[in-house]
Amino acid sequence: MRSIDELDWGTPAVSDATLVTLEIDGFSVSVPAGTSVMRAAAVAGISVPKLCATDSLEPFGSCRLCLVQIEGKLGFPASCTTSATSGMRVTTQNARLAGLRRNVMELYISDHPLDCLTCPANGHCELQDMAGAVGLREVRYGFEGANHLAVVKDESNPYFSFDPSKCIVCSRCVRACDEVQGTFALTIAGRGFDAHVSAGNDQSFLASDCVSCGACVQACPTATLIEKSIIEQGQPDASIVTTCAYCGVGCSFRAEIKGAEVVRMVPNSDGHANHGHSCVKGRFAFGYATHPDRIRTPMVRDSIQEPWREVPWDEAITFAAKRLQKIQAQHGRGAIGGITSSRCTNEETYLVQKLVRAAFHNNNVDTCARVCHSPTGYGLKQTLGESAGTQAFDSVMHANVIMIIGANPTDAHPVFASQIIQRLRSGARLIVIDPRRTDLVRMPHVAADFHLKLRPGTNVALINAIAHVVVSENLIDHAFIAERCESGTFEKWRDFVIEPQHAPEQSENITGVPAAQVRAAARLYASGGNAAIYYGLGVTEHSQGSTMVMGIANLALSTGNLGRQGVGVNPLRGQNNVQGSCDMGAFPHELPGYRHVSDGATRASFEAAWGVTLDDEPGLRIPNMLEAALDGSFRGLYIQGEDIAQSDPDTEHVTAALEAMECIIVQDLFLNETAKFAHVFFPGSSFLEKDGTFTNTERRISRVRRVMQPLGGKADWEVTLMLAKALGYPMEYRHPAEIMDEIARLTPTFSGVSYSRLDEQGSIQWPCNVRAPDGTQTLHEQTFTRGLGRFVVTPYVPSHERTNDKYPLILTTGRILSQYNVGAQTRRTRNIAWYAEDLLEIHSHDAETRGVIDGDWVGVKSRAGETVLRARISDSVQPGVVYTTFHFPESGANVITTEHSDWATNCPEYKVTAVQIVKVTQPSAWQQRHSRLDRTQKKLLNEREPLRS
Amino acid sequence: MTISENEQQRVIDWALRENACTPEALLPVLHAIQDALQYIPELAFDALAHALNLSRADIFGVISFYSDFRLQPPGRHLLRLCRAEACQAMGGRSLEAEVRRRLQIEFHATTDDGHVTLEPVYCLGACACAPALTLDGSLHGRVDLARLSVLLDQLEIPR
Repeated sequence: MRSIDELDWGTPAVSDATLVTLEIDGFSVSVPAGTSVMRAAAVAGISVPKLCATDSLEPFGSCRLCLVQIEGKLGFPASCTTSATSGMRVTTQNARLAGLRRNVMELYISDHPLDCLTCPANGHCELQDMAGAVGLREVRYGFEGANHLAVVKDESNPYFSFDPSKCIVCSRCVRACDEVQGTFALTIAGRGFDAHVSAGNDQSFLASDCVSCGACVQACPTATLIEKSIIEQGQPDASIVTTCAYCGVGCSFRAEIKGAEVVRMVPNSDGHANHGHSCVKGRFAFGYATHPDRIRTPMVRDSIQEPWREVPWDEAITFAAKRLQKIQAQHGRGAIGGITSSRCTNEETYLVQKLVRAAFHNNNVDTCARVCHSPTGYGLKQTLGESAGTQAFDSVMHANVIMIIGANPTDAHPVFASQIIQRLRSGARLIVIDPRRTDLVRMPHVAADFHLKLRPGTNVALINAIAHVVVSENLIDHAFIAERCESGTFEKWRDFVIEPQHAPEQSENITGVPAAQVRAAARLYASGGNAAIYYGLGVTEHSQGSTMVMGIANLALSTGNLGRQGVGVNPLRGQNNVQGSCDMGAFPHELPGYRHVSDGATRASFEAAWGVTLDDEPGLRIPNMLEAALDGSFRGLYIQGEDIAQSDPDTEHVTAALEAMECIIVQDLFLNETAKFAHVFFPGSSFLEKDGTFTNTERRISRVRRVMQPLGGKADWEVTLMLAKALGYPMEYRHPAEIMDEIARLTPTFSGVSYSRLDEQGSIQWPCNVRAPDGTQTLHEQTFTRGLGRFVVTPYVPSHERTNDKYPLILTTGRILSQYNVGAQTRRTRNIAWYAEDLLEIHSHDAETRGVIDGDWVGVKSRAGETVLRARISDSVQPGVVYTTFHFPESGANVITTEHSDWATNCPEYKVTAVQIVKVTQPSAWQQRHSRLDRTQKKLLNEREPLRS
Repeated sequence: MTISENEQQRVIDWALRENACTPEALLPVLHAIQDALQYIPELAFDALAHALNLSRADIFGVISFYSDFRLQPPGRHLLRLCRAEACQAMGGRSLEAEVRRRLQIEFHATTDDGHVTLEPVYCLGACACAPALTLDGSLHGRVDLARLSVLLDQLEIPR
């Protein structure tokens, strides 16, 4: 069922500059050439009956309800498959057409249950609407003949039900799965009367290849595929447009509500990032927002051995403020700090860094981007001048070659992955650089031209080898370099990469990638037309993360693949607002808009606005804070919406540091791993409970709108305001719109942004200012932000983390589609039906030599620690490499990751850990300790002293 | 007749080797497998999907479209009775009734002992010799109840 508030134009929009004018039912209408008669009619305000057409899918012409008469044409062409032409005269309604349509409807209804009043789609069923539209009054065939009314429902998917008895075999679900999502999980099986929708080979939806993106459910015109939430709650009565709070794609959704209750989330067809598509997380996994584990009352305690005490908001705020002030009085103003969240809004992140800078009087503020894309910020700033991806998602539709490095979009950025798949199916070539065989390497109807299966930790050696080919075979874009880049740094770089040790034949020993493949892939990238690079944490989370980002930028610069549609260098940001939290100055060294704290002019503008003196020295990064906590000089931390005890590397180091501190304030939805070490807990608010904005990976600022009241009574931004006030630095904002106004006043790249502009445009890509009043789709079009593009020499330095006899395998980590990061949200949804525990993928060769079979418990031991996971034998990983996800705290994936980090930004080297794998029978010592801590802390939560009323 | 998974896999691998691994090769590959094994085993779905860059659903859509592709092993003997117009006009219906009575099964089924599979067919192109059937691939025309009885006796079907 389509969103209750969206019009269906019947067939997709066509972008053609030529207009054709035709006459429909006597009304003249002009549409772009190639537009269907059906859509042209809709533009003229005339709705032609239809069942198999919907504007998210190519026309199909199977239902025969949209027949029209066209002057001068024989018969009754289907309006969905007939293109409008100039001078065409179309009749959509007359007695003849009405008779034909009624006949068709009679056939449909002769094999359809007549239970409209008790049907979940009642009132929003297209079949019902069409019966009404064509004036169906009788079914001459009767209802006794052979039919499909007794076919059983498939309830296997946790979120939607499939009731084939209501199916009219219009193929919309099958086409949505193919055309929109690109999974090809559905088909029409059988022929004639036996024809039916089948998931896989008559499998259940859950057992099939279905990824539960919801496209089929949205496309279904009847109640055949429908959300269980609608079956349970009835139909929503209003919708509010907001932005998904999961990954960096930042899909626009309509939250469809009934009173204060969210009935379902439907992707917004006007959404600029997602164009009406969604994934299983954004579409269905929002149940965490009302999960019983949500903490709704502030809590405090004097020590982490004590039970929590529920207290009113003001008491909790005073408790926190006093403790922070006491620490500063005793240990200096630098003894406290704050961590902002990439899950929170821009406005909230801005406030936390403002709180730290103006009320804590230091620069000890950092964000979880530290552990994911900080090298992107650094590397792209150094080379191109702007710490952000260069393109809009839609740019990929103009790419001829797509290079994906260290990213797994079908799992981590599924909606953009669907767009990539659409582009690949229309002919673009694909290069995947990844130690693991990700789905895009080979999936139905998509196959990478090259999969450079490198050894983890050798990215820089490989990018240098690719660059070597580009330079030595003279595939560089001389004109682009001459006009747009620094000649001095280019020459230095050219001389560097041409050195013989960078030849693919040499680096093959390091990377493990055959030289011929490297050469061929390099040639394709450099000479295959528009070439676009998309990369993920497989690039950044390395000791040479920043080097690799610059290596990628060098490659794009040297081949002229920047500054226009279809090319570019694009980080795929992990979280909904990583880009935003970085933009908002949530770094110890940068004020909003990536301006260094040592820059006097910038500091002066903030000092004037905030009425305080700002520190000109960078503050502590997260790892520095933890180190300082262990040596006793850093003692208090305000953490908004981040779970460093699970997400940061070397867990035991993190928890030791947390334990060493005097005042940990956690603001979160749930009592997360970090909150087990906290003294103050502020209930956080989910994205459904507040107003604000998120900035996605294409720099797109989109509105988050309040759909329900905060369960804890306060939106996150309000909590920061209260804390600031209690610390003697009152900030006055009545609404997040006013915070955005302040950001716009103080940040040149945001100066044109306001809530009213966002409401008008739907979303805005920064920079948005006088020079680009509508925002900027593509960066660096005329010149680079820094002026000329700068090449940086990128020598390969092997990771300190090396294999040896004791630790012979390399562990690398990643995400899976159904779960999200630390899993605090998705673990509390029915998504666990797909993935209920982290598994260790191991190649059969490595498993065999260790006597490990599928499903065995195995100990994973590194130099940092040991944990136990269940093994899954898989040929997705290469021999010598093992892989796991990190969605479940008890897995302790970060107990094994080490303290190694990026040389420039301290981004942890999550992707390379030398480990040994052995078969075991019991959890590791850490897991046993963790489980004791978990039990104790849950007991202290359950035994909390309730709020005195 | 059960065929070991190893044998199934061997045939699938062979069929894939004999054909170009592109989506267009699906039909020839399916034919090759069914010719060798008399049916398309479950094992084939993942193998073909991976090799031909298709989904399980794609493959099932094609298999289920053609009534001659089989997902279960047939009986040792395959009796296909024509039910098209000419054969019906020439007494095919009485043959149908007799076959069903003797075999104690309906169309698209196999006798419990795995002896005979009965399938309908809509025209064997032998209308001049109607009613017609094929038994294990051999065409028999102008079949009447007596000739049918002889054929079934040869298969040792109880009267």
